[in-house]
Amino acid sequence: MSRNSRRNAVNNIMLALCGVCAFLTVSTLFLILAYLVYNGAKSLNPSFFTQLPVGEGQTGGGIANAIVGSAEVVLLATLIGLPVGFMAGVYLAEFGGKTIPFIVRYTADLLNGIPSIVIGIFAWTVVVVPMHHFSAIAGALALSVMLVPITARSTEQFLLEVPRPLREGALALGANKWKTIATVIVPAARKGIMTGMILGVARISGETAPLLFTSLSNQYWSGISEPTASLPVTIYNYATSAYEDWHQLAWAAGLVLLVLVLLANIAARMVISRGASVPR
Amino acid sequence: MATPTALPRSSTAVRRRFGADEVAYGLTLIFAFLIIAVTVLLVWELWVHSALSREKFGLGFIISTAWDPVAEKYGALPFIYGTLITSFLALLISVPLGVGAAIYLSELAPQRLSNTLTFLVELLAAVPSVIYGLIAIFTLVPLMRSYVEPGIQAIAGDLPVFQGHIFGYGYLTAGVILAVMTFPYIISVSREALLAVPREQREAALALGATKWESTYQAVLPFARLGIIGSIFLALARALGETMAVTMVIGNSNAIQASLFAPGQTIAAVIANEFSEATGNTYLAALVELGLVLFVLTMVINAMAQLMIIVTTKKGSAKG
Amino acid sequence: MKKLVVLASIALPALFAVTAMGAETINAAGATFPAPIYQKWFGEYKMAHPDVQINYQAIGSGGGIRQLTEGTVDFGASDMPLTDEQIKAVKVKPLHFPTVLGAVVLSYNIPGFSGTLKLTPEAIAGIYLGEIKKWNDPKLTSANPGAKLPASDIQVVHRSDGSGTSFIFTDYLSKVSSEWKMKVGANTSVSWPLGLGGKGNDGVEGLVKQTPGSIGYVELIYAVQNKMAFADVKNAAGKFMTPSFQSVSEAAAASKEMPADFRASITDAPGVKTYPISSFTWLLIPSEIKDPARKKAITGFLSWMMTTGQKDCEALSYAQLPKAVVAREQKQIALIK
Repeated sequence: MSRNSRRNAVNNIMLALCGVCAFLTVSTLFLILAYLVYNGAKSLNPSFFTQLPVGEGQTGGGIANAIVGSAEVVLLATLIGLPVGFMAGVYLAEFGGKTIPFIVRYTADLLNGIPSIVIGIFAWTVVVVPMHHFSAIAGALALSVMLVPITARSTEQFLLEVPRPLREGALALGANKWKTIATVIVPAARKGIMTGMILGVARISGETAPLLFTSLSNQYWSGISEPTASLPVTIYNYATSAYEDWHQLAWAAGLVLLVLVLLANIAARMVISRGASVPR
Repeated sequence: MATPTALPRSSTAVRRRFGADEVAYGLTLIFAFLIIAVTVLLVWELWVHSALSREKFGLGFIISTAWDPVAEKYGALPFIYGTLITSFLALLISVPLGVGAAIYLSELAPQRLSNTLTFLVELLAAVPSVIYGLIAIFTLVPLMRSYVEPGIQAIAGDLPVFQGHIFGYGYLTAGVILAVMTFPYIISVSREALLAVPREQREAALALGATKWESTYQAVLPFARLGIIGSIFLALARALGETMAVTMVIGNSNAIQASLFAPGQTIAAVIANEFSEATGNTYLAALVELGLVLFVLTMVINAMAQLMIIVTTKKGSAKG
Repeated sequence: MKKLVVLASIALPALFAVTAMGAETINAAGATFPAPIYQKWFGEYKMAHPDVQINYQAIGSGGGIRQLTEGTVDFGASDMPLTDEQIKAVKVKPLHFPTVLGAVVLSYNIPGFSGTLKLTPEAIAGIYLGEIKKWNDPKLTSANPGAKLPASDIQVVHRSDGSGTSFIFTDYLSKVSSEWKMKVGANTSVSWPLGLGGKGNDGVEGLVKQTPGSIGYVELIYAVQNKMAFADVKNAAGKFMTPSFQSVSEAAAASKEMPADFRASITDAPGVKTYPISSFTWLLIPSEIKDPARKKAITGFLSWMMTTGQKDCEALSYAQLPKAVVAREQKQIALIK
């Protein structure tokens, strides 16, 4: 009896601990969000979104150029990364033989696992040094190198989920393979593929390390071949500074970045909850 | 989707000669090869740009503790040590928390709650690193400096790892922030592994009179063991390469110190700090070589994680 | 997705049009030591000359030197004059243009101590070598009679990036402490015996501000703007001097002749009124600028900086260039081809 009650006690304690773990971990998200809102919301005024930054120790100013700069870098990275990743994903799922797809898949996973700071070094050597300029292009290239494997692997997985009868039906009707892919398989996996893409883009928009020595920063408006300010780098610079005003801007910028990233993630899940299921 | 429909149209001219399937195959293959090309180029660039350092220091680079731009002597050991110790501390915290939470989500929580919580955990994984760093500077660092680290020192101050100056910035603080950043990975992958365990495993144990915990601990966990280990490796790989949050709280000191409260440096952090400012060519090459070391380190860990996840999912799906 | 494509096709040209709007954009990077005044200057200069905008990224002097060597910036900025070897490494020979003078100050955060700390060179070297560990060390209390210094640990803060401020500081320590010279030496990055690293002058000041019991070295203006206390330092003549633009100017005046290429160190200057950790800071301008518009923009800024720009110095606690130096610099502008 006492052995049983001990067993029951262990059971209850351990199960309760597991529950505590779950709620502890999940509550981190709310803590982060609440803390950012608490510190950042008060600085979200019109000038934050429309003004250029001011120099050390001066007050006021905004980070309009960093918001636009981030959009610019991410958009460029998306334009490069998504098509490449998508096509590679189609190859992996639909045209796979044995050896080549295995190598491609392995390399994509390898590329996906490379720390982002190392990708920053890479973009610096292949873009910044030959172009003789830090630029949004270099930053975008670094981010697209991260985006390609993510997109390729998620596209592949969602395409593979398309039910066999659907493919066979189209092929039986006499359609070419490419026609089946373009008109039947890809549309069937559309929602899943888009989810993967949105998640990938959300992931790269928060990346800081690959931008540190590629797009660098800028206190003015800039074109794509010039050093360009971005939200993450601005947060890093301002957070580690000594100025109260810059801390305020960092909080507000952090809030904006986090809300955008979380919204993208939520949107992606909403797309998928109305369509295919999430494969692993 | 605009891309796939554009593909066949653009290739109509060539279609007659080659056959559309071949064109589509060739086209997608080019993009697939692009992935390989970029990866090879990346390794090549790291290799070439680290040449100066590799030739000068050889393998001794890995075990040397010197990081002296005045004497132009560089070694990677303090950074390898910092990378490993912070990742280890992170796992020490995040593995029990993450696995516990995964057990709750897969075994105990009602389906709807489990799904909602899992979704929130996945959102947590999406929080950018720099935001963790931002929050850590202003909350975690003062907390560690004023309460946690003095508290630990008061209790276990005899151990050398808990002695010395308390800065708030240092290995332990970096470890804590890494723990928060890695547990979403452990939770979501471990949960999948646990869910893949066939129902009969649990039912058999319960039928034999085991409590819920005993069934979970003795029947379910062993079954999902490899998947959970895989999730830990995945978290480890992520922790090793994590840059921003660590850079912001580790204290940036290029020496090996026994105390966990001491400021240190990880491979990723030293690159972030010094790469665009390295004045000498050897200095720059040494930093690139650090990038190469980090690349190899994460590659090995990632490969191990992939292997274990593949093994368990196969086992799970074969039996379930 | 179609909507996205349409949106992108509208947004992209709009983004790129931003470039066309700007006129001559000059990209520069380097020292954080003079960054507050540079940013003010570049802002003012743009106001007066809307066709020139200079983007200055304060990534550290090491960064200024490195990026100039790689040719990734139009000009660099550094508080450490280039070595002969470094000059050789740059494809287009760079010219040194002194811009202002400043002081590296020891900024501290000692809870419960409100006075002005007095530091001897031995004390500074001792703290940064890790030999002086507590605030009430006899080496500190003997220079601060009557001051109530706590028995707490000293938290040493230094730079984590390649820094000209570090160079000025370690150059000074190498002159006043043979032990420092032997063990550590002077450079933009050195192998620090101990301490926390912060990125940039404001990174160091941020750490000092947040860490009770800490001491760090920053350019004077960073301590002033952040309302942080900073120490008086004993100069070569044995007097404790408060860092200010006056005591920095004295150091410049007391130093030996300015060499032809402007690469001068004025730390540990002789004289009673000098602040010992003072320095010039330089713009590193390529001696040949191919693009005529860019050349015009850069030389135009240089002459403006030496005349009108100097008036901004005192408000930001920097010292103006000596008149004789300005006259010689103006001649050097003609050397830019």
